[in-house]
Amino acid sequence: MNRIFWVLLIGLGLAAPFLIYPVFAMKLLCFALFACAFNLLLGYVGLLSFGHAAFFGGAAYITGHVVKVWGFPPLAGILTGTLFALVLGAIFGKLAIRRQGIYFAMITLALAQIIYFLSLQLEFTGGENGLQGIPRGQLFGVIDLSQPLAMYYTVFAIFMIGFLIIYRAIHSPFGQVLTAIRENEPRAISLGYNVDRFKLMAFILSATLAGTAGATKAIVFQFASLTDVHWPMSGEVVLMTLLGGMGTLFGPVVGATAIVAMYNELSAMGSWINVIIGGIFVVCVLTFRRGIVGELARLLRSRS
Amino acid sequence: MKRMLMAATCGLTMILASGASTAQDESQGLSSDYVKVGVLSDMSGVYKALEGPGAVVAAQMAIDDFGGSVLGKPIKLVSSDHQNKPAVASSTARQWIDRENVDMITGLDNSAVGLAVQGLASDKGVITMNTGSGTTELTESQCTEYGIHYVYDTYSLPVGTATAIVKNGGETWFFITADYAFGHSLEDNTSMVVENLGGKVVGGVEAPLGTTDFASYLIQAKASGADVIALANAGSDTVNAIKQANSFGIVEQGQQMAGMLVFLTDVKALGLETAQGLQFTTAFYWDRSDEARKWSQRFFEKHGAMPTMVQAGVYSATLSYLEAVKKAGTDDADAVREVLGDMTINDMFVQGGDILPNGLMTHDMYLVKAKSPEQSEGPWDLLEVVATIPGEKAFIPLSESACQLLDK
Repeated sequence: MNRIFWVLLIGLGLAAPFLIYPVFAMKLLCFALFACAFNLLLGYVGLLSFGHAAFFGGAAYITGHVVKVWGFPPLAGILTGTLFALVLGAIFGKLAIRRQGIYFAMITLALAQIIYFLSLQLEFTGGENGLQGIPRGQLFGVIDLSQPLAMYYTVFAIFMIGFLIIYRAIHSPFGQVLTAIRENEPRAISLGYNVDRFKLMAFILSATLAGTAGATKAIVFQFASLTDVHWPMSGEVVLMTLLGGMGTLFGPVVGATAIVAMYNELSAMGSWINVIIGGIFVVCVLTFRRGIVGELARLLRSRS
Repeated sequence: MKRMLMAATCGLTMILASGASTAQDESQGLSSDYVKVGVLSDMSGVYKALEGPGAVVAAQMAIDDFGGSVLGKPIKLVSSDHQNKPAVASSTARQWIDRENVDMITGLDNSAVGLAVQGLASDKGVITMNTGSGTTELTESQCTEYGIHYVYDTYSLPVGTATAIVKNGGETWFFITADYAFGHSLEDNTSMVVENLGGKVVGGVEAPLGTTDFASYLIQAKASGADVIALANAGSDTVNAIKQANSFGIVEQGQQMAGMLVFLTDVKALGLETAQGLQFTTAFYWDRSDEARKWSQRFFEKHGAMPTMVQAGVYSATLSYLEAVKKAGTDDADAVREVLGDMTINDMFVQGGDILPNGLMTHDMYLVKAKSPEQSEGPWDLLEVVATIPGEKAFIPLSESACQLLDK
């Protein structure tokens, strides 16, 4: 089952720029990585963060600034953005994991809104104009990233690295403990695990990779804007994860693809797009709660 | 397996072949068998009424009025919703340019979208005629060779309002400012003009973006005794402030309210009962001239609402672009841009419009005042024109522009 998905993922990933529009494919990958990072927290630890836009958009701004103003090469820019998300994740995580459920979500939302207002106020972000004109630059000083294919395969490589990190994390003893915490936190505590530390580590890892996704997006699109840090972005990633299948490895990729594709293809429909996506969400929650991949996996399992 | 591989190869070949066939011959000076105009606007969010579907109607009217073809080739129109997301706008614009041979993009409300698309389009040698966003950055530090800013900016609106009001005797000013870069720049631009003309700023308060309760700010404004209370904010902030000012009876008790960034749709939404007496600057009002009235009636029949200045601007921009293509005999961006720069634009939207080298279209602006319900004779009889602000006063003069293109 998983093998099929791996082959599909890598095969489609390599062929994508020839099948669909490269910039669109890059956007898909950025959001897929964002959703996967988010899923690590929601699907495997059971923590619903409503503030992931702060890491995504915050990293985008930092990357944009260091590349545009300080002249960093693109990869160093992405790493700086990622590092920023890591630090921010450590701070947010430290504060938020003390509470559970809805309170956890509210704290992360509040903290993320602070980042939103900072982005609006601070000089370097350009306020509602956004940070524009970030150069794509050259990878390792030789590969010109303004070429769509070069940019695409760079993004694909970044996505695969992020995806493999998540895969490793989930299938390690660390990941097993996370699942144990999700299933029964008091029992995990009674078994002697320092639950808060595990949660914090998962939170930081999730934030960091969300940052990587945002930083990469800033390089791809050559701008960072308030849309990336505003709370609807946090909501969108929840939607992607739930639709694709929370707690499945490939679910968020499928969910992100579905949502991004819908926003892209249905953009001619005007206001109806929100109604359609809302409707799909309702149907998803009512009839197939495991999400697309979750339901598929269950079907395959019940047959064999 | 082998058969699947064959099928896949065939499929791939077909895709590549279809890609190749879109590369058109360059006969007749056109890059393709048609001239294509793209309207990229907010069709579902906060700017929908301001631009949105009405802009598509306006662009189609321009194409029809032009005769539907230029240089013997048909004119096509595409439109899309950018959802106020710069990333969506940017990928749509890229696809339009790379795959659909779009020659000119207009609309582009939302300044982040406007800047992103203008930068992208200019890199690819495509003209943008921005009618929707206000940021002066489009023609200042982020100006581009092919970017044109057509209708209004965040300099012309407050400056126009301030110039006209101070001249009419409104000498002392109090600001209610949205507390972020945009609000501060509105305030700075306005107070500079007020002080230059001999007026005085007697005070101001800063309200966070998204404030719903303006009571304390309005009480301060009222207590200041200023002639004019200026709202250096936009959108729902402005609407909320005006609503509450009405319940404090500010206008009835003799103080003037001036909006720095107000549109016809805001007045319509507020209703004259609430908005009466509000002064602001606009580039276009449907009832200002015979020509405008005639066009606006036609627009009304198709769209069901009177045009905003942005929608009228889309009509004018599209028409000017098509005329420039005709004059240039090509849709090559350099040639068309040159013709546009030399042209003087005269239509129902502007008289004597002039596109500067930095892309800024300068033209007369109008100070308007919302009528009282008794003065209004119909559902769209909302404004009266109080003063005309000449183009050279309303926009940043070329000599003060920070656009780096001018250094050459």
